[in-house]
Amino acid sequence: MPQTVHLNKGFNLPLIGKAHLEEHKIKQPDSFAVKPSNFKGLVQPKLLVSVGENVKSGSPLFYDKGSEDVLFVSPVSGEITEIIRGERRKIIEIRILSDKKIEYEDFKKYSKAEIYNITKAQALATLTSSGIWPSIIQRPFGVVANPLDEPSAIYISAFDSSPCAPDMAYIMRGKEEVFQLGIEVLNKLVNGNIHLNLDSTEIPSVFSGIEHVETHKFSGPHPAGNVGVQIHHIKPIGKNDKVWTIDPLSVARIGTLFFEGIYDASKVVAITGSEVIHPHYVKTYSGACLDKLLEDNVTDTNVRYISGNVLTGENVGVRGYLGHFDNQVSVIPEGDKEEFLGWMLPSFKKLSFHRAFGLLSFLNPKKEKVLDTNTNGEQRNFTISGTFEKILPMDILPTYLFKSIISNDYDEMEALGIYEVIEEDVALCEYIDVSKNDIQAILRKGIELIRNS
Amino acid sequence: MKLLQNLFDSIKPHVEKGAKYEKLHTLYEGHRTIFFKPSITTGPKGVQVKDAADLKRVMFTVIIALIPCLLFGMWNVGHQHFLAVGVVDATFLSKFLLGAGQVLPILIVSYGVGLGVEFTFCVIRNHPIEEGFLVTGILIPLVMPATIPLWQVALATVFGVVIAKEVFGGTGMNILNVALTSRAFLYFAYPSQISGDMVWTYLGDQVAVDGFSGATLLSYGATAAANGTEMMLDLGTHWYAGMFDFWNLFFGVIPGSIGETSVLMCLIGAIILVFTGVGSWKIILSVFGGAWVMGIIYNLVGTNSFMLMPAHYHLVVGGLAFGAVFMATDPVSAAQTEIGKWIYGFMIGVLTVIIRISNPAYPEGIMLAILFMNVFAPLIDYYVVEAHKKRRLKRATI
Repeated sequence: MPQTVHLNKGFNLPLIGKAHLEEHKIKQPDSFAVKPSNFKGLVQPKLLVSVGENVKSGSPLFYDKGSEDVLFVSPVSGEITEIIRGERRKIIEIRILSDKKIEYEDFKKYSKAEIYNITKAQALATLTSSGIWPSIIQRPFGVVANPLDEPSAIYISAFDSSPCAPDMAYIMRGKEEVFQLGIEVLNKLVNGNIHLNLDSTEIPSVFSGIEHVETHKFSGPHPAGNVGVQIHHIKPIGKNDKVWTIDPLSVARIGTLFFEGIYDASKVVAITGSEVIHPHYVKTYSGACLDKLLEDNVTDTNVRYISGNVLTGENVGVRGYLGHFDNQVSVIPEGDKEEFLGWMLPSFKKLSFHRAFGLLSFLNPKKEKVLDTNTNGEQRNFTISGTFEKILPMDILPTYLFKSIISNDYDEMEALGIYEVIEEDVALCEYIDVSKNDIQAILRKGIELIRNS
Repeated sequence: MKLLQNLFDSIKPHVEKGAKYEKLHTLYEGHRTIFFKPSITTGPKGVQVKDAADLKRVMFTVIIALIPCLLFGMWNVGHQHFLAVGVVDATFLSKFLLGAGQVLPILIVSYGVGLGVEFTFCVIRNHPIEEGFLVTGILIPLVMPATIPLWQVALATVFGVVIAKEVFGGTGMNILNVALTSRAFLYFAYPSQISGDMVWTYLGDQVAVDGFSGATLLSYGATAAANGTEMMLDLGTHWYAGMFDFWNLFFGVIPGSIGETSVLMCLIGAIILVFTGVGSWKIILSVFGGAWVMGIIYNLVGTNSFMLMPAHYHLVVGGLAFGAVFMATDPVSAAQTEIGKWIYGFMIGVLTVIIRISNPAYPEGIMLAILFMNVFAPLIDYYVVEAHKKRRLKRATI
């Protein structure tokens, strides 16, 4: 068996509202949406549909000017109802009214034997036209992969360590076969190995028998499940490297695509957070409107609806839509109220990585807590040193990296390791920052500066 | 609480953008956030929850850590006074109250003037009131002698806050430790009130006992070195027997700046800072280590009796402990890389002892050593970061 990489640095946020391993039947939402902003690195999305047109699951909605072969498709069948645009006519959302039956666009079917012997050209043609391609992410930069590249490795993190994260074994159950087929297809694209990175504490059966991958095991607190952290400990990437990452569900979707000839956008989503009455799993499709997923299952009105987890998710509102890559919805209280001497009074309830005066959560680190959206303080200059270094399990000096981005110093950013990280890897730094800076936004700014330089 | 909230709410319209007193908006916000943790929430993207710690709480932790030094300092000012004037039966309370009577005005002037300067800058430059001065305001009194004229405290505070901090852009941007810059200003501008043998003991209008000398151990050392006498024997002839015994020095029942005398109180502060993670144990430990190593080196090459003073005495005299725990660990002016912290702290210890022994003009060296290393901290970090980058590059090309 592979050696386990033990990570000591990091922090698990013990939050109330982890989903129980049970799937709850819901009425499917009427509305679905595809958001170009879910996909990083697009140059300029160009629409292929207009309002009123009927689409099927797998029908193209738009492409990107930067890579015209790659199509972005509809997750469900139905009618395009609205195209929301923002500043300078930028496409924000393409909304689809579901017809509730899910008709599929036909793609070429392959038998199992054919999939094992598929050519690279065949694989590429189907992947790019079917809507699955944008789920393949390139590192460095965390952008949609370019089909013309040949990566030196593909990395798959088979577990999610973020707060109240969905259980990967549960949402992937029954998908062993298509997952293996997806791996076979991906193997045709890579000039190297596919790395499957497992949680060392328990290896779910869905991943235990997978062949033609190199497995690695990781242990430790969040962000041990982040693929960027894993790559750093397997083979760090530099300026001229190109590797791809992909999530397990998308690998399974690739398998389904080639074996059954359909783009299957269904997914099992964890409904989590302290304000959810029954935290459980529901089955729906990518881009689902949150309203039906949470119907009669939220305690209060002054809450925040987050697509994703509380560290990297997006506040979308109750009528918002599930992000393409998200397998989780978090509902937590809004923190839009003042608290008398809240910066000073001792508390067991407030969660802190630090042990500054009166923050006593460290005495019982496993106790699950309710966290609201209050920033717990105002934004300041970087003042404290050494804390980011304590939480990021990578050989990187985060404070210097962030400062180099703020001062637009390209050489420093490169030398300090900007190629190795994306937002999710520094999310914990943003969480623990006593100066309350928007570190993920700072990092993305740096990544865009380097990409466009 | 509601009452206070309403009061603030009633002021708000007058200081909002476009209103008559809009310039005072930062002052309004600053005061409101002292009473109420603000209602700001996280943005639509990025982290949706944030850690409970903020800069206010971190700074407050430092203040808590300083309280033992402050209280002990008040008592010790009274204690030294009664010793010097020959009152042997003064009570604990009378010592403490007399000391507090000396120390509190200095504290009030330091905070009053300092916050006044901060507020002025916040209004002029329209930046939020920052928490840095909460700590600076208590550090300044603790590194002054109890006899310091209040106008000098005021002047020093203005100099420190403006020249050491605000011109660089406020808390987090300064290069030098603000409190030590204030002290250094007085040291060079008005040396007779902050150095010599006569400033460390508050006598008031009373007359000292026969044979009284306010000299500190370090000035004994400098005198012994100059006269070629045996320093440790000279200490034994001190007018108050046992004053300069090792443990008396450790507990800090000696003349000196208000908060710096007691190593024990500094160590209690150090435990609070290290346990809460606010102060770097690496810096604290390496300052002590550097001072001790340099003391040993002097012992080995010793050509006069000051050099031969046992190395461990260096750790308990003067302001070394206070400087190590509360000044050197200032995260803004210290080295920021972990390896850099070891080097930075060690060099402070080494330089302190060099200045003490080899520079007859300055009997105590910790202040200048820290300020000197503040200037060098970015250079130390630069080389540590360069080494890190080289290592990264090597790894990437394999």
